[in-house]
Amino acid sequence: MLTGKAHKFGDDITTDHIAPGRLAHLRSNLPELAKHCLEDADPNFSVNVQTGDFVVGGKNFGLGSSREHAPLIIKMNGVSAVLAKSFARIFYRNAVNLGLPVLICNTDQINNGDVLEVDLAGGYVDNKTTGTRMTFVPLPSVMLALLNEGGLNPYIKKYGDFKF
Amino acid sequence: MGKTLAEKILSQASGSDAMAGSIVVSKVDLAFVQDTTGPLALREFEKLDFGKLACPERTVLFIDHAAPSPSRALSVDHVFIRSFAKKYGCVLSDVGDGVCHQIVAERFACPGWVIVGADSHTVTAGALCCFSTGMGSSDIAAAFALGKTWFRVPETVYVELSGCLQKGVSAKDIILHLIGHIGADGATYQALEFGGEAVRRLSMADRLNISNMAIEAGAKVGLFPSDAVTHEYLKSRGREECWQEIRADDNAVYQKKINIDLNKLQPIVSRPHTVDNIALAKDLKDIKIDQVFIGTCTNGRIEDMSVAATILNGKRRHPDTRLLICPASREIFTEAIEKGYMKTFIEAGALILPPGCAGCLGLHQGALGDGEKCLSTANRNFQGRMGNVESDIYLASVETAAASAITGYITDPREVL
Repeated sequence: MLTGKAHKFGDDITTDHIAPGRLAHLRSNLPELAKHCLEDADPNFSVNVQTGDFVVGGKNFGLGSSREHAPLIIKMNGVSAVLAKSFARIFYRNAVNLGLPVLICNTDQINNGDVLEVDLAGGYVDNKTTGTRMTFVPLPSVMLALLNEGGLNPYIKKYGDFKF
Repeated sequence: MGKTLAEKILSQASGSDAMAGSIVVSKVDLAFVQDTTGPLALREFEKLDFGKLACPERTVLFIDHAAPSPSRALSVDHVFIRSFAKKYGCVLSDVGDGVCHQIVAERFACPGWVIVGADSHTVTAGALCCFSTGMGSSDIAAAFALGKTWFRVPETVYVELSGCLQKGVSAKDIILHLIGHIGADGATYQALEFGGEAVRRLSMADRLNISNMAIEAGAKVGLFPSDAVTHEYLKSRGREECWQEIRADDNAVYQKKINIDLNKLQPIVSRPHTVDNIALAKDLKDIKIDQVFIGTCTNGRIEDMSVAATILNGKRRHPDTRLLICPASREIFTEAIEKGYMKTFIEAGALILPPGCAGCLGLHQGALGDGEKCLSTANRNFQGRMGNVESDIYLASVETAAASAITGYITDPREVL
């Protein structure tokens, strides 16, 4: 069970909001880049976020670049899962590859600061602040296999190949 | 059951009956990174401990995004990339060679290939009928090591093109129209496949322009059939032997079909801050432009340079409007010099940037000031994309960009042609 506060964002949060291109010189200095996580959408995000918290978006979260730095610095800030109504394809796959759960659910019922409890196996999110429960779309089995190993790299190290 | 282009390519590449929704493990014919995603991918590769690349001659490291490097940290990344290329014997495309997607089209892509790149605009090679898509660093590291990757075979949205583009209207207007029509997430997890009687009249430059922006509708790939135009292009590149005809089956199953009548299209501009926020250029004529940027993997080809030179010939940029022009590769740069386009640009008051990704990603060479507006031929107008959240980016064709550079305001190019 994952528990934390919701950091709510709107629709169409791009990889430029999360890991701006102008900071490409920090991509080999990830702890420094992580301090700028989501800066262009919420300048105080990396200061306010606590370990275990959730990033909550609207539709098409993570559109844009293939930069894996985007989900990586979200994870490095201690975020336990990203919830959104829908995700851009590359961000979604990158997050799973890094072992960061990405959950598709109706985030309209989540407000900034709400306390959430997520049951990954059970497939539901409890909003402790509003007392509502939402279900999320289960991950495809291939992605679940990767997530269960902690991501793509640990999966390949363990199996040496794709064993789907 | 009939197959779409995506299903055909993935069936061949995976040695299985790839149909929409199924999961396949596919061979990878070409895998690449660029300098802002590369270092993470190369470190991930080394962590996998394979010791060698699956196919060094089909592994390419491009230094194009920060080329030449604007900072010490990025130069250190470049040193690492170059040393990796030497150590593992793979292909290096260094500063000044040009944008990865243009070079993949010029030198590598063969119809039917599966290409993965650590850059979202890897979809560009769909123009050559490659299942070519962007992935993150971990996936690319795995492809480097294994020579394969996995895909969920996408459903396909078929875009049927008919009619002829009118004067002043270009391939860029087709793709901006489509994205505006279906939305920036209108093809998420899906393949876009372009067909119809008008396709045979679209040059390879047009097709590369359109496929390049498939990702801006969320698509996994943007595919054109491999036909006589593809054959002609490969022949002109001295790579005729890799051509094969690839067409979708007549009874292929599509998720959706969209028709676009090219006769009816007008010059389109995508407004800040999402690509699907489109309007007609003629309706935005009061918007003053501080900088015009012509180039990128979307519109930095020789055909684009030719269009820009025709419009700018004997004209000057508006005194308040900076004009940056960036050829997408060294080869294009050379040809544009030989054809006199560069002289035309310089006399029109343009600044020529070295082949590369330049200002498109806001790293250097054309970052915007607070409150400034840029009209760009690139593919993305996200907030902050050109280095400043307090600036606005409009996207348009080369025709519209060149016309607007002259007037200083967003201008329907039909007014100056």
